Amino acid sequence: MTGLQDAARDLLQSGEAAVVIGFGGGSAGGARPLMVRDPTSVGDLIFDDRCVHNLAVYLLKPEVKSLGKPAIVGTQAVLRSILQLASEQQVKDRDVIALIPEADGGVRRLETLGEIEGAVSKPDAVLSPEEQNCLDEIASLSREERWRFWQEEFSRCLKCYACRAACPMCYCSQCIVEVNQPQWIPVPAHPLGNMGWHLVRAMHLAGRCVNCGECARACPVDIPLNLLNQVIEKEVAEQFGGKAGLSATASYALSTFTTDDKDTFIR
Amino acid sequence: MIEQKRMSTTSLEALFQRYKTAGWWILAPRAEGDITTFGEVDSPGDVAAGLIQTTLSPKSAVLPIWEELFRFRRGESGIEVVEAAESSVPTIIFGLRPCDARAFAALDAVFTWDSQDEPYLARRNKVAFVSIACNQADDYCFCTSTGGGPGDTAGSDLLLTGVGDEYLVEVVTERGVELAGIAGELFGPAEGMDKAAHLASVPVRFDLDRLRQVLPKTFDREELWIDQSLRCLGCGACAYVCPTCVCFDIQDEATRHGGARVRCWDSCGFSLFTLHTSGHNPREVQSHRWRQRVMHKFAYMPERLQVLGCVGCGRCSRACPVDMNLAEHLAVIAESGE
Amino acid sequence: MSENIYRPYLMRIAHIVDEAPGIKTFRLTFQDEEAGARFRFKAGQFGLYSVFGQGESTFCIASSPTRSGYLECTFRTMGRVTTALADCDVGDIIGFRGPYGNTFPIETWEGKSILFIAGGIALPPLRCVIWNVLDLRERFKDVSIIYGARSVADLVYKHELEEWHARGDVRVITTVDPGGETPDWSGEIGFVPTVVEQIAPSSADTVALVCGPPIMIKFTLPVLEKLRFAKNMTYTTLENRMKCGIGKCGRCNVGKVFVCKDGPVFTLEELEELPEEY
Repeated sequence: MTGLQDAARDLLQSGEAAVVIGFGGGSAGGARPLMVRDPTSVGDLIFDDRCVHNLAVYLLKPEVKSLGKPAIVGTQAVLRSILQLASEQQVKDRDVIALIPEADGGVRRLETLGEIEGAVSKPDAVLSPEEQNCLDEIASLSREERWRFWQEEFSRCLKCYACRAACPMCYCSQCIVEVNQPQWIPVPAHPLGNMGWHLVRAMHLAGRCVNCGECARACPVDIPLNLLNQVIEKEVAEQFGGKAGLSATASYALSTFTTDDKDTFIR
Repeated sequence: MIEQKRMSTTSLEALFQRYKTAGWWILAPRAEGDITTFGEVDSPGDVAAGLIQTTLSPKSAVLPIWEELFRFRRGESGIEVVEAAESSVPTIIFGLRPCDARAFAALDAVFTWDSQDEPYLARRNKVAFVSIACNQADDYCFCTSTGGGPGDTAGSDLLLTGVGDEYLVEVVTERGVELAGIAGELFGPAEGMDKAAHLASVPVRFDLDRLRQVLPKTFDREELWIDQSLRCLGCGACAYVCPTCVCFDIQDEATRHGGARVRCWDSCGFSLFTLHTSGHNPREVQSHRWRQRVMHKFAYMPERLQVLGCVGCGRCSRACPVDMNLAEHLAVIAESGE
Repeated sequence: MSENIYRPYLMRIAHIVDEAPGIKTFRLTFQDEEAGARFRFKAGQFGLYSVFGQGESTFCIASSPTRSGYLECTFRTMGRVTTALADCDVGDIIGFRGPYGNTFPIETWEGKSILFIAGGIALPPLRCVIWNVLDLRERFKDVSIIYGARSVADLVYKHELEEWHARGDVRVITTVDPGGETPDWSGEIGFVPTVVEQIAPSSADTVALVCGPPIMIKFTLPVLEKLRFAKNMTYTTLENRMKCGIGKCGRCNVGKVFVCKDGPVFTLEELEELPEEY
């Protein structure tokens, strides 16, 4: 921990970073995102198993951007998000410093996108046994049953958009649900409005989702949104190859044409 | 004077049947996967047990997440406006917590000050509250900081407090008298029941008077609001689980032939909430939106509507994806001096 | 059971004027004539105008309460509802609910001079007062109107400006931003605050009403202060986003003040007490 705190203090004191986006202690023994701007407050930074949020979501928030160059405590999800954002031209090289806490208490400091690329591992998203069971169960359903399953899940949606707010990839300056000429997605949280939102959300993340699970974790009514994304990611990987968030220069699977494309319709 | 009675917990079944026979619909906490919501129940067996607090508040019984304000049709003779059909039935909300029972006073204040909100009142006037006092609390509960308490009777028609295998039943209102009267033989005299011994202990998190004194003077303390809100994501989770948040949007939904004007929940945390069509936004940054949330509940509502916009149920803080803890932030403000 | 406060009057579009690019004025008559006969409002109030199926939009009543039997509104095509409104034709039915909000206390201005200052699309809220004052012209001393727009084409109520000008008992000064003039433009050229400063209207026993884009208001108020207009006799209107118009939906407030209930009319003195949230 002191390694992380020292690194944060150095960055803030030297002015290399204006804010360190990390974790601090939270309610009921949990952890919460913490923005440290004052070098004398780095003692509030923690890093342990409770620190689960994908902090990369803050990189594009105007309120955080306006503070100046950030350093961010980098979990694998954060690193992959940065690379995906870079590939979408939302983060440039040396826009952000990643601090990776090491098992021995030390900290690795990654300055460039290239260094971040070298630091991402390539595991499948880790699901809890419960989530894996749920996923297997969904897979075993017929098409109609699957539709009903998601209809039922989405029926709880409040349209609070916590899923959107917590997702580093949901950065559109005008989200589809905010477009009302025409009103693509009904505003009320009724079955059509909810289905409309969740289908568009899932599709817009296809090939871009780094599977950090924040959407599901943020959802106040426990809709397992990450599972939907997971299935789509698998599909995209199979159909187009590649995974989101492993390279800062990858092109977007769903909008890239190659002459050896498997599909013939486009030629 | 609140009359006290006793009732065996096993009599709940009979009580439910009596209410149903008398034409009441019963809403109570129900488990839905890992979350709990207020839904229709047939018998006490359907009611989620051992809860500290439901995930969603009972607010939707009087202010649904979306509702039709009226319908309209396009006919030969032009537009015809049709009142939405009267759909609500007399409803007992059972098993809500004292904090939630108090919350309806805040909703009533908004919807009845100045003008009477008929779509709201149509539902509100048909609702009765049979609350259950809290025998447990968690780190997020702060009812005692907002003028309530785990055994507070305000807002309830009947308040039940579990005492061993019995309930102490407090008959709080006229409607409570009616509700007790429907099943008079299930109740006995309450002598010797010690309510206080069976209530949860909920520590006071901040001095409400102090907060009310300090808060109105903090509007221009930008750094305070930025400090508290930098991690806020600007979603609507806190508002949508809140039992007192009422801010709403009005939208039209229609086909070629007709449609409805619809009221939907909205949240002051959304950046679009106050955005002008011109692009100008009076609350442009999240710190201003967070300030509005705090001010609305703890300064504006008390001053304008004589009611606090918060009952300390703690749901906003439990639901927040980034652990914005309202009580903690209020304590900081109260102690921050003027 | 009481009335559903969200249920609008059905209004027939009786007349449409194309004021300027993207700006129209509707004259609306009540489909239910009895309701129309009962309907009362005062200068400064606003309403929610709706196209059924598209939603509601908030703007002021631009006609004078001294002219009964109809309402007029002037709007710019901006969002979903105003676009739908602009697509309406004479004879179409739209919704209106109101009147909402406070009023200009015209009855307290009798015997005083009145200065109207407006910019762009913000003449409509003052037009209501202008006609109200002109219809009771003998009760007031001097009446002056300073109105500016980006260009000659952007001026609204062009015919009425001429009509007011021709009356002789109103001083009308129109101005357009530099570059916005046409070869035959005979009015002033310059921004509204500058023109006000040059003309330096007398503040003696004078009520000033200022409506315009925020930037115009920002630079005009100091000029009025310099000219010694009293802050409690200088009025403006605020326009925050609204959904209900009746103090419930929770979005138009400036601090603890509801623009929809305590406004939209504020004196400069009141405005200075408000936090910057508009």
